[in-house]
Amino acid sequence: MSAQGCQSAPVLRERGQREVFCGLTSIVWLHRKMQDAFFLVVGSRTCAHLLQSAAGVMIFAEPRFGTAILEETDLAGLADAQDELDREVARLLSRRTDIRQLFLVGSCPSEVIKLDLEKAAERLNAQHGPRTRVINFSGSGIETTFTQGEDACLAAMVPALAATEKRQLLVAGALPDAVQDQMLALLSGMGIEDVALLPAARAEDAPAIGPGTVVALAQPFLGDTLAALERRGARHLPAPFPFGEQGTTAWLAAIAAEFGVDDAVFERVTAAPRARARRAVAQAAAPLADRSVFFFPDSQLEIPLARFLTVECGMQAVEIGTPFLHRQVMGPDLAAIAPGPTLSEGQDVDRQLDRARAARPDLSVCGLGLANPLEAEGLTTKWAIELVFTPVHFYEQAGDLAGLFARPLRRRDALRLEGAT
Amino acid sequence: MKLAVWTYEGPPHVGAMRVATAMKGLHYVLHAPQGDTYADLLFTMIERRDHRPPVTYTTFQARDLGSDTATLFREAAHAAYDRFAPQAMVVGASCTAELIQDDPGGLAETMGLPIPVIPLELPSYQRKENFGADETFFQIVRALARPVEKTARPTANLIGATALGFRHRDDLTELAAMLEEMGIGVNVTAPYDATPADIARLGAAHVNVLMYPETGEAACRWMERELGLPFTKTVPIGVGACRDFVAELAAITGQPARLDTSRLRLPWYSSSVDSTYLTGKRVFIFGDGTHVAVMARVARDEMGFEVAGLGCYNREQARPIRALARDYGVEALITDDYLDVEQRIAELAPELILGTQMERHIGKRLGIPCAVISAPVHVQDFPARYSPQMGPEGANVLFDTLVHPLVMGLEEHLLTMFREDFEFHDAAGPSHHGGHAPRPLSEPEGAPAEAAEFSHPPQSAEILWHPAAERELKKIPFFVRGKARRNTESFAAMRGQHEIDIDTLYEAKAHYAR
Repeated sequence: MSAQGCQSAPVLRERGQREVFCGLTSIVWLHRKMQDAFFLVVGSRTCAHLLQSAAGVMIFAEPRFGTAILEETDLAGLADAQDELDREVARLLSRRTDIRQLFLVGSCPSEVIKLDLEKAAERLNAQHGPRTRVINFSGSGIETTFTQGEDACLAAMVPALAATEKRQLLVAGALPDAVQDQMLALLSGMGIEDVALLPAARAEDAPAIGPGTVVALAQPFLGDTLAALERRGARHLPAPFPFGEQGTTAWLAAIAAEFGVDDAVFERVTAAPRARARRAVAQAAAPLADRSVFFFPDSQLEIPLARFLTVECGMQAVEIGTPFLHRQVMGPDLAAIAPGPTLSEGQDVDRQLDRARAARPDLSVCGLGLANPLEAEGLTTKWAIELVFTPVHFYEQAGDLAGLFARPLRRRDALRLEGAT
Repeated sequence: MKLAVWTYEGPPHVGAMRVATAMKGLHYVLHAPQGDTYADLLFTMIERRDHRPPVTYTTFQARDLGSDTATLFREAAHAAYDRFAPQAMVVGASCTAELIQDDPGGLAETMGLPIPVIPLELPSYQRKENFGADETFFQIVRALARPVEKTARPTANLIGATALGFRHRDDLTELAAMLEEMGIGVNVTAPYDATPADIARLGAAHVNVLMYPETGEAACRWMERELGLPFTKTVPIGVGACRDFVAELAAITGQPARLDTSRLRLPWYSSSVDSTYLTGKRVFIFGDGTHVAVMARVARDEMGFEVAGLGCYNREQARPIRALARDYGVEALITDDYLDVEQRIAELAPELILGTQMERHIGKRLGIPCAVISAPVHVQDFPARYSPQMGPEGANVLFDTLVHPLVMGLEEHLLTMFREDFEFHDAAGPSHHGGHAPRPLSEPEGAPAEAAEFSHPPQSAEILWHPAAERELKKIPFFVRGKARRNTESFAAMRGQHEIDIDTLYEAKAHYAR
């Protein structure tokens, strides 16, 4: 293996039909994380239908998101649409008085008719602030793919964050609460307290930012957020993403080095969870050894997960597809992947399916629109969206993460359907 | 603008996908931005199809906006033709592409493909999924169906079954068997399983069986006019409707009206003594217009329920549903806002809801049993087992479906007899809730805030319950307590009483005894 790994490998860039979600889908997990926020999509019936399909049963639990569906009359004149929006927002805020942050989320239709949501957010801020802050970002399919919706949301929050000169660590990326607590406990064990989090659970806990801030990304899809933070003077801390035992250790080590944590302290804090994670991965990953894996583009988690599966679980990657490849952010993970797999960015789904059929990988990681059709062709699949909703980061989830990929292969081995036909 | 959290119907291009996916040898090129492929998973996951829907999306992005998107459309259509070699193609725009005005139909026409290319105009900001399916199938039939020689033996087309249709797969099987019994063959089923070549020979049939007006009526009307094909107006769901359907078909075709009842069990099951307790159970019915109409008849005439309210979410059926509601002496609810439906259900406090998956959740929240009778439905309502709604077996399926959520006669009797017994106390709930009792309607204190507004059945503010009467009310099993409270209050109001004591409670009970 070269020291560079896949870092300078050529990238196959394709465009054509993309079998991916748009950024609106991010709302489904973002609203769980930000407890006093409401996400109001300004879009079409299609947008509402997408959110409904992506949110599944969550829709029935009074979620803090909804769609202002554009109607024929809204398309006729723009001034009218702004008035309509004001009316819907006023109605919403009077009904849901617990809302402190309102996100106006742009969609393909609202972008195409050039409905100015930035101006709308300014105007609504004047009306409903300071009690409720109104922020706008785009989750449209013409601009964002799936998890990029979180990036657009967080990046839109950065300019309004308070300034600080304080020397501090900021961790960016929404994580499940249990995972976040584990992370904070590990950092605290190394003497790093008062970690700033983006997004925070509530508006009043929003982090402050300035030249003393170093940024560790917990998620790989935050390129624009990182750029916005850098514009505020913060500095990026490059590291592999905290998946698996090795990814978590490398991520923590980068922070430890930055904050001058003593080697002995680092060892004391991480030794036990490292050993636990190694054992759990070894146990769960047994069915994965020497099997091949093919990633269709979905969430930008593909490269770090391919790193985990190849380095820690003994798999061979055939193709690693990602909707968007950010070199600065992905560098450390790319460097750890042995040369060989095709790296692809973007998608022409029919051609990519041809490549997958030719390669016949043991495991294909793909979206729900492709999973059953590929299974019917005899390929074993792992549907990707679960990796965004399930707790998978850091030590204690390392075994679960391997288990998510191992389960479809164990199932294929377990079923004896020949006898049933 | 209208704020929506949940929608009964998707956009019209999803309706077009339902037609394209139902058919074979047809490809749909959809001018749409990245992300609209989400709809694929409705077919691959909910309906569990083992292939991708035959849809190519142009996937335009922000940087393509301008003249480039038209080129993108042509390339996508060419690539789809080369790769999938369809017999015919439909082309159209999703909501965003409708705004950029590329005219997929015009673009496709200039490409000179050697197959029929059918343009679709689906107004996304006015119409919805069912319209999209109906209009798409109509355009396909109009473009491809031609007058042809009739089949020698009497045959029928089965019209309206689509992908993602509630029980469409098994209704087709059941209907084919019903026709066979009358000596009528099936010429073509469409759109379900039809190829464009099949569409061309629709005219060979002697009659069209319109299975689902929502998705097949426009095409049936056109075929009646242009091909001289009469179509049936009765949807054969329920025993009475099956008999009417057979009679209607006999009148059109001259074949003998025959219905094989050897395996029909609903009439006997409904007559058997354990079903006596179903008499007068108050039921609320909501869904698409077709299923609501047939189910109202089944509920009243074949199960002995009382229809307490009904409505539909598809405006296309508003008129017949309003007329139907008048026949049943109730007010129709025509809305696509589930909060309106929830409010009406809370007001009526029915003992059973027949509805969609949304009503299932409303029922769960209000502690009212519910059976699913209409789309939209979730994955469990695309079952592996044979489960038609139509025909004799459909009637059997319906009996079970409508009865299972209710406490059966013997169980209800035991609950009343042993209501103070520890196993049958209030919180235990009926066995079908799997040991989870529904939230008691009379105790809002412990209920989560979100449900609080509906946890009390509406009662007029000036009527006061004496504590002793409240206690007595609680001795009544929870599943009839809502009704008892309502009856007692309206009885008191009728007599101009403002307070309710134990006597009032039992006076009311005597008054409403049946």
